[in-house]
Amino acid sequence: MELCPTIKNILLLDSEGKRIAVKYYSDDWPTNAAKEAFEKAVFTKTQKTNARTEAEITMFDNYIVVYKFVQDLHFFVTGGENENEIILATVLQGFFDAVGLLLRGTEDKKEALENLDLILLCLDEIVDGSIILETDANVIAGKVDSHSMDAGAPLSEQTITQALATAREHLTRSLLK
Amino acid sequence: MAQPFLKKDDDHDDEVDYSPFLGIEKGAVLQEARVFNDPQLDPRRCSQVITKLLYLLNQGETFTKVEATEVFFAVTKLFQSRDLGLRRMVYVIIKELSPSADEVIIVTSSLMKDMTSKTDMYRANAIRVLCQITDGTLLTQIERYLKQAIVDKNPVVASAALVSGIHLLQTNPEIVKRWSNEVQEAVQSRAALVQFHALALLHQIRQNDRLAVNKLVSSLTRGSVRSPLAQCLLIRYTSQVTRESASNTQTGDRPFYDFLEGCLRHKAEMVIFEAARAITELNGVTSRELTPAITVLQLFLSSTKPVLRFAAVRTLNKVAMTHPIAVTNCNIDMESLISDQNRSIATLAITTLLKTGNESSVDRLMKQITTFMSDIADEFKIVVIEAIRSLCLKFPLKHRSLMNFLSNILREEGGFEYKKAIVDSIVILIRDIPEAKESGLLHLCEFIEDCEFTYLSTQILHFLGIEGPKTSDPSKYIRYIYNRVHLENATVRAGAVSTLAKFGAMVDSLKPRIFVLLRRCLFDTDDEVRDRATLYLKTLGADGAVEDMKEFLFGSLDIPLVNLERSLKNYEPSEESFDINSVPKEVKIQPLAEKKAPGKKPTGLGGPPPAPPSTIDAYEKLLSSIPEFANFGKLFKSSAPVELTEAETEYAVNVVKHIFDGHVVFQYNCTNTIPEQLLENVTVIVDASEAEEFAEVASKPLRSLPYDSPGQTFVAFEKPEGVPAVGKFSNMLRFIVKEVDPSTGEAEDDGVEDEYQLEELEVVAADYMLKVGVSNFRNAWESMGPDCERVDEYDLGPRENLAEAVNAVINLLGMQPCEGTEVVPSNSRSHTCLLSGVYIGNVKVLVRLQFGIDGPKDVAMKLAVRSEDEAVSDAIHEIVASG
Repeated sequence: MELCPTIKNILLLDSEGKRIAVKYYSDDWPTNAAKEAFEKAVFTKTQKTNARTEAEITMFDNYIVVYKFVQDLHFFVTGGENENEIILATVLQGFFDAVGLLLRGTEDKKEALENLDLILLCLDEIVDGSIILETDANVIAGKVDSHSMDAGAPLSEQTITQALATAREHLTRSLLK
Repeated sequence: MAQPFLKKDDDHDDEVDYSPFLGIEKGAVLQEARVFNDPQLDPRRCSQVITKLLYLLNQGETFTKVEATEVFFAVTKLFQSRDLGLRRMVYVIIKELSPSADEVIIVTSSLMKDMTSKTDMYRANAIRVLCQITDGTLLTQIERYLKQAIVDKNPVVASAALVSGIHLLQTNPEIVKRWSNEVQEAVQSRAALVQFHALALLHQIRQNDRLAVNKLVSSLTRGSVRSPLAQCLLIRYTSQVTRESASNTQTGDRPFYDFLEGCLRHKAEMVIFEAARAITELNGVTSRELTPAITVLQLFLSSTKPVLRFAAVRTLNKVAMTHPIAVTNCNIDMESLISDQNRSIATLAITTLLKTGNESSVDRLMKQITTFMSDIADEFKIVVIEAIRSLCLKFPLKHRSLMNFLSNILREEGGFEYKKAIVDSIVILIRDIPEAKESGLLHLCEFIEDCEFTYLSTQILHFLGIEGPKTSDPSKYIRYIYNRVHLENATVRAGAVSTLAKFGAMVDSLKPRIFVLLRRCLFDTDDEVRDRATLYLKTLGADGAVEDMKEFLFGSLDIPLVNLERSLKNYEPSEESFDINSVPKEVKIQPLAEKKAPGKKPTGLGGPPPAPPSTIDAYEKLLSSIPEFANFGKLFKSSAPVELTEAETEYAVNVVKHIFDGHVVFQYNCTNTIPEQLLENVTVIVDASEAEEFAEVASKPLRSLPYDSPGQTFVAFEKPEGVPAVGKFSNMLRFIVKEVDPSTGEAEDDGVEDEYQLEELEVVAADYMLKVGVSNFRNAWESMGPDCERVDEYDLGPRENLAEAVNAVINLLGMQPCEGTEVVPSNSRSHTCLLSGVYIGNVKVLVRLQFGIDGPKDVAMKLAVRSEDEAVSDAIHEIVASG
């Protein structure tokens, strides 16, 4: 029996079940085809459920999957069939809230893709090779965001959008402290 | 310049499907990655390119070796930039690219510099990256820093080092074990997650030392563990300790129960649940111990959070299997869950209720389920069906309403698995509840009138053939069966013909009518149907052969079907008719499906390719094609390959032992792993001085063995006919080696004779035993009779546990475990294991092993052998006595 809580994968899919960012920590799905098949199965199974206020849960193929949706973003965390469901839900909530903080409230696919670097870093901070690293959304977002600013570029060389983004980053950073 | 990232405000609001990665292409991104080489680095732009690369990888795109290497080298340049954000992305992409050992060297110094940096983020991430990509050799160099990092003031750094330690423990345990003191200190950390990671690592370091684990657990359960995750770990460790120290039942006090019960009042839900679950899973848990756990789970049932409801109902469902009474208190909450939005929860609730329900509540429940069934998915329905089946077996008096329910849902729409579950349930009920038989059979008959699944139709027809003739009025089934002959496909028609024949054989009064029906089948369009009809007409018509007929129709086939199929395919039409006795009876061992993906670091070409699956007929074909061995007779058994060389040596050799009645042939599978060599005239010189009963009669050298293409050489021995002779053989590989020019691939003309020492090989008693299972051990045992039974007791000495002792005896005898008795429940003090096999000379052998642990670790065994030959029964005892 696996004694340490183990995360099998974390998925962020869009409203059609396509990948935005996924991370697998287990050899259960050795090929990309196997991964895509799993994602498709998870998506079709959960698509019609309402997981917008509370995280939902399902079980299939001997996996426990907890999930939560917002706008067109679908968050999933998978664990083995003997895993403590509440631990999985805690990881999901950490991921979900951290992404919310990082996207500054506008949580949708477009914003997520535009800030994909932050989402990837976020995944990197939550789980390391199936072991839970951190579950507190504020800490996760803080670690990801605290240094995403580049100090080097002179303001004159930035476009307006970039400048705005930089300003926003400054703001969030001070808020998150 | 086409930079999707900067196009943000152009098509901001008009396109719904806008994506910054629209039209992204691997080739173009790889081109873009050249900015990493610019003398003036633009951190923002570099970050964007890395994000694109990661995006591609994340979408399942793969880089070729060359592409990955190129990107990797370019990325290493980015360590020059002091931009924090960019550095984070560099760390991530290095992990994703998982560089090879020689590439790792390039970044090692940069990462080691970061590891000792003042910036916490650098230290934490550099540790994680380096530990993920490094191999053991580097680890000793950085060990000092890792030990420091474990007790670092910054929790992120400490966690990074500890988690890396957990991963490294798999590959380099001896190094990580040296960090115990630091890890122990980290367990006391004030930071919650550091405590969690430290506890996980400390336990893994000590997991093989039961005493140390015991001490760790008892000291921590008294102290204060702050992190909920760490507390969950501690609960798991305590239940493991409790499980393993089974000797507590006499006092009635369970160690750590108070701790577990205390955890039920923890403020974190995950801890409460972990503790409740741990209590329900205690070995031989009493209802008094269960009560507090059930109470908190009951509270979870009415939570607003689906995850809590699911967790609770799933646990209670498991408890209901062993302690249904303890769960009945929750029935009211459970009933309200039947209408839960989440169908997984609803299904679990229903099946729990079915398990805890009493006879009087069955009818009410069935009513609720009927409305519920229509709107759940097939897989949930199957779970419900299984619950109903066990309910029906529990309350046989209720079979009427439950059988009605099953037949109703059988008529509704549904997939194959679902229908199969229903049919299986009805079949089981018919078998176990005699009163349900007639109505059940009629339900099945009605079902096959309109069944779209050929498999189910044939299964039901077969079942009807066995059960139908034994009913009070067999004639009423004939119509249903004969309808199949008109309306169905050939497979079902053939099945129906066989079933008709069974009725004809068992019920004399029906025989003339069956004849009429079978004769009509003689004009069927399908060969199989006509053949069967002809065969049955002939055998049923013959006088006095009723017993043979019954044996033929109802007897079981003791030959594995795969073997029969293959033998029939190999059979060439000739004067000699096919002999069913020539079919090998050995159960083919299914090669285990490779579940694990290949390791991260490829082993290179060094390792020998896996041996071909050991199918006996492939060997038989191979051996019979060699004239020297052609007259050895029928191959009795071929062993699994035994390695004679260490992994990754110059030449990889394994051996397969082929046993014939009077001969033994060793097949040496050789692989040459040196590209610069060609081996010629390869033989194995066998010294049989420690195997007195064997005499070498022939050997077949391998003419040439080029690099990396396996070849075989054989050596044959004569031994006394039918005698299970054993012995030890030492082997020497002898060959002529020729240099090969790697550029042209041509070998030089002159070679040098050389030798290579191989490991010893043994022929053991198990080599003379075929694994042949029996379907019903008790029947086989009874019919064998006690005439040649031999019983004796043995002391197996101290053993780790029962499972290990059972396995050792099974391997020693090389027999087939029957009815799953090779599995020993954990912590059991006694076990019975049933084995069957065929000993050389085609003697059937059955073995009953009874094990018991007496004293702390001493295992005693009673061995009872039955066979068709006294001498063989004695031989089995001798194997065990000398083994």
